[in-house]
Amino acid sequence: MSLRIVVTVKYVPDATGDRHFADDLTLDRDDVDGLLSELDEYAVEQALQIAEDADGAEVTVLTVGPEDAKDALRKALSMGADKAVHVEDDDLHGTDIIGTSLVLAKAIEKAGYDLVISGMASTDGTAGVVPALLAERLGVPQVTLLSEVSVDGSTVKGRRDGDAATEQLEASLPAVVSVTDQSGEARYPSFKGIMAAKKKPVQSWDLSDLEIDAEEVGLAGAWTAVESAAERPARTAGTIVKDEGEGGKQLAEFLASQKFI
Amino acid sequence: MAEVLVYVDHVDGAVRKPTLELLTLARRIGDPVAVALGNGAADTASTLAEHGAVKVLTADAAEFADYLVVPKVDALQAAFGQVSPAAVLVPSSAEGKEIAARLAVRVGSGIVTDAIDLEAGDGGPVATQSVFAAAYTTKSRITRGTPVITVKPNSAPVEPAPAAGTVEELAVTFCEGATGTKVVARTPRESTGRPELTEAAIVVSGGRGVNGAENFAIIEALADSLGAAVGASRAAVDAGWYPHSNQVGQTGKSVSPQLYIASGISGAIQHRAGMQTSKTIVAVNKDAEAPIFDLVDYGIVGDLFQVVPQLTEAIKARKG
Repeated sequence: MSLRIVVTVKYVPDATGDRHFADDLTLDRDDVDGLLSELDEYAVEQALQIAEDADGAEVTVLTVGPEDAKDALRKALSMGADKAVHVEDDDLHGTDIIGTSLVLAKAIEKAGYDLVISGMASTDGTAGVVPALLAERLGVPQVTLLSEVSVDGSTVKGRRDGDAATEQLEASLPAVVSVTDQSGEARYPSFKGIMAAKKKPVQSWDLSDLEIDAEEVGLAGAWTAVESAAERPARTAGTIVKDEGEGGKQLAEFLASQKFI
Repeated sequence: MAEVLVYVDHVDGAVRKPTLELLTLARRIGDPVAVALGNGAADTASTLAEHGAVKVLTADAAEFADYLVVPKVDALQAAFGQVSPAAVLVPSSAEGKEIAARLAVRVGSGIVTDAIDLEAGDGGPVATQSVFAAAYTTKSRITRGTPVITVKPNSAPVEPAPAAGTVEELAVTFCEGATGTKVVARTPRESTGRPELTEAAIVVSGGRGVNGAENFAIIEALADSLGAAVGASRAAVDAGWYPHSNQVGQTGKSVSPQLYIASGISGAIQHRAGMQTSKTIVAVNKDAEAPIFDLVDYGIVGDLFQVVPQLTEAIKARKG
């Protein structure tokens, strides 16, 4: 039996660029370059490793996003994923987390899956709740925030490093997994991989393909509304001194003046 | 007055500080009803009552410890059904956010995660968030269902406000999926005796410039002189010098202490995302061009191996 792995990925604005809000208080995508969310590269990596160890497996990368989001799919395909699904629809503009999880869940069901792998969070919204929402919507176990993951037959195992404890987790497939940046370095696409990716299939689905009404998603269908967004005021320039041998003592004086000591 | 559900983060009955902060915020919206689950749940009642809980709903069952997240969602949903709250507040830990999100979709509500402030508004609570690596501050409202909001540590003062804190046992029916993810082993994190990173008033962090696991001892010594938590940049964690649980930044913890001291940290955007809402920022770095200096209130261009031990000694001397 072939293991069907679906990796959810997100096309995000480059965090090293200046990110802004558009007039409708959604992300202004015109102003900044987009790319595959770095944290999703770890999900692709773990999917590929699990697929390599499995006796027959297929890795599908899935994204929901505008036209340019194909770039994120191409990157994942060039790393070694087998095929891609792009959910694209003008009515998706402004969709919130709850709506995104609905669209992803419907697309995952349509694609067919035994294992869903996500990054721990997107590097733009950084909420980190989509994997749990997918598990809730799909009605399968969540095995999330793993720093180690493996699949043994129809069981997925992993290590979750929480605030208070490290836990070893186990669940039966199908399941939703999310991995952290501690799960293992993501591979770089090889030249061969980049060339091969051009020939790999990318399917495009819209809302009607997923039997989702436009009212359920988009800015108007969002269950949360951003009412205002203000740029954080620039910090006033601080005092910067060169250490001439007394730097530590000077710093102690500063901390005392601020009543930290 | 409307009731507000507050999910309690506790360790064997000891309530963690972010929950007490939530009680302060909850009182701005209504009467806090606390939900405490698992081992020691009932022991939380007196602390919660001192901080404003009018009622404490408790439940204990092996499922809370033996299976991941879902049993807690089932319990919070049971409390939700019993109370019909005006809002649900949950601490913004990794687990807290997962619990809140699953509850939100179950009860048909919108969710805001990682709020840093909360106020009552005409159309329900208004949540403040810090987004895009703290470059923007947004205010959001939940437009559908009962607002479910997760709140970051250090977002509100802890204010005692004695209330009844009547303890009631919560009846929980676990759903079919509650036992889906088994916790087969759990190793509690060894206590360092230092404050919790996300809750600490002062954080002392080390980065690439610390140049080795053994050198973190000087960072720890400075932290101990100030009663601070120890943080590390991703570079230091990836190099294996300090545990990931102490990582400050986009893929680690986000901290917002009164004082943040960065040593040997250049200040890449991923690190800044996790610390630039700190009230006072201090940096020590050899490189005068390091971007961290754009953020500081006080910066020293110098060798951390000279500056940090001298600082530690000077602090100890002042404290006598």
